[in-house]
Amino acid sequence: MITSVFGVLFDGFAYGMLLFLLSVGLSVTLGMMNFVNLAHCTFGMIGGYVTVTLMNSWGWPFLATLPVAFIVTALISVVFERTMFRHLYRASDLDQCLLTIGLVFVSVATAAWVYGTIQQPVQLPPYLRGSLQVAGLTLGIYRIFLIVFALVVTGLLVAALEFTRFGAQVRAAVDNQRMARGLGINVDGAFAITFALGSGLAGLGGALAIDIVGLDPSFALAFLVYVLIVVAVGGLGSIGGTFAAAMLLGISDMAGKYYFPAIGSFLIYLVMISLLMWRPAGIFGRRT
Amino acid sequence: MAVTSPGIAGAHQYLDAQVRWRTIEIVFWLATLLPFVVTPDYLVLASQIAVTALFALSLDLILGYAGIVSLGHAAFFGFGAYTAGLISKWGWGEPLTGLVISGFAAGLLGYLMSFIISRFRHLALIMITLGFGLLLLEAANSASGLTGGADGLQGVKMWPLLGMFKFDLYGRTAYWYALIVLFLLFLVSRRLINSPFGLSLRGIRENAVRMRAIGAESRSHIRKIYTISAIIAGVAGAILTQTTETVSLGVLDFQRSADILVILILGGAGRLYGGLIGAIIYMIARDWFSGVNPQYWYFPIGVLLIGVVLFLPNGVLGGLAQIVNSERGQRWAGWLTSPLPWRSRP
Repeated sequence: MITSVFGVLFDGFAYGMLLFLLSVGLSVTLGMMNFVNLAHCTFGMIGGYVTVTLMNSWGWPFLATLPVAFIVTALISVVFERTMFRHLYRASDLDQCLLTIGLVFVSVATAAWVYGTIQQPVQLPPYLRGSLQVAGLTLGIYRIFLIVFALVVTGLLVAALEFTRFGAQVRAAVDNQRMARGLGINVDGAFAITFALGSGLAGLGGALAIDIVGLDPSFALAFLVYVLIVVAVGGLGSIGGTFAAAMLLGISDMAGKYYFPAIGSFLIYLVMISLLMWRPAGIFGRRT
Repeated sequence: MAVTSPGIAGAHQYLDAQVRWRTIEIVFWLATLLPFVVTPDYLVLASQIAVTALFALSLDLILGYAGIVSLGHAAFFGFGAYTAGLISKWGWGEPLTGLVISGFAAGLLGYLMSFIISRFRHLALIMITLGFGLLLLEAANSASGLTGGADGLQGVKMWPLLGMFKFDLYGRTAYWYALIVLFLLFLVSRRLINSPFGLSLRGIRENAVRMRAIGAESRSHIRKIYTISAIIAGVAGAILTQTTETVSLGVLDFQRSADILVILILGGAGRLYGGLIGAIIYMIARDWFSGVNPQYWYFPIGVLLIGVVLFLPNGVLGGLAQIVNSERGQRWAGWLTSPLPWRSRP
């Protein structure tokens, strides 16, 4: 009984890490520009397909594809941001939703056309497969790798936001965009860079997610809901909140599916609605 | 109390002008009868268009007029659809009473939801409507004993409409039925929107804070229109069940909520005919492309959405209105859109 609890906690933690990587970029960009980017998971999908293409067509090793997934996704996202999104920063929530969901539809269809609608196979290197026995628990090596990797990324992210000049500018823009502009901070420039970094992280998350949840064209839509839950519950622009919400969602999703398979996904939505009704700006959100 | 301020008199004059019928509206409703004569093979499609149009109309009431963004409106459509299916499965196949009960059930659900909805705006509202829609979908999926789960509800049998008209395979009765219900509920919505209540809804859409400051009860208005919208969505779902005699989980899908949003935006939100025009364009286009893999079908829809947001912010009807309202447009087509001389209310 106890071992199964720890096993579920471990799996949920790994899953939560994945959700965190996928959603942290959206949280920061939403907090900065109030731009509702429903196409965020499209960037995750792009990262996944970059990894699949590099590994299966060009024979790259898995680890080497990860930085490429990050960079390619970041570059593509900047193109979208500069050509389309920036015209809509002052538009209504609805227009932003519609444009980005349109982008999701186009990306889903394009992925289906190029790669087909099947799940993409990915062959992990031998040292990431298998599992470890720790104190009677069976821990998947890939999940351990995922947790460590995501924790390192989180550490870098927090350090960059807390201790660099650029991070201070981003925090200022999230807190009060107009004031930051008034102080001479180039908010648009900072936003473009943040957007690229956030989307790159989503791409990384997408690449890492293949082995856990698979990759097919519906990825961009299927994970959108989870990512939105994490962001809305965590509070906009709050890295700590996003982290907490991702862990909460990851663990409760795993626990729900394990212990109450019949109503598992039902519980998630119920928890989200109740949390939002209690705190509409998210657990750690400051603005309503 | 014969004295009215000029502001109120102006508003009444405006509403009076809005309430009058226009030539183009009469032409439009006469044109909805054309499928019986011109394309009798496509009456099933026509009845589905009417159902979709009714559903889009219900979303237009809250989104286009009150500014409530909903990503989960299929919840009410699906609730109405399942209610209609269950009533019939439990032995009462009379369509009209089934329709009323389904609308009432969806309206009750909408009324309960409206207490939550009216408290939130922006992202929290979008997330709550989305979560609520998904919640209902999961609930229907889990309660497979009641709803049939992923297999769909089996055993829906409808009695003939008014005891005379059987729902046939060619959709003749179905289209009459859907069209008449659509027209009646359209009349109700039209009257509602062109009333002082409708005007205050538009005020809430434009600036909710100011509406409260000038003493308009924005929350109770939102609750009312949300409930009415839920009733209409439920009726649309019930018609779909009754004319197809099946219910599947698809009626509650996120896809359906997203589709109906696309349809409304494409036609033009905040114009009563927007959802109707959008439904006609969308459903006919989907019928044309129905042989293609549904995943590819997303592509034109996505391009359409991006295009509409970037280049046609008020939808097809908004674009047309711009042409008609230009000077040349007024000369050529002004007679179509100017109010008819007779009045429709005393």
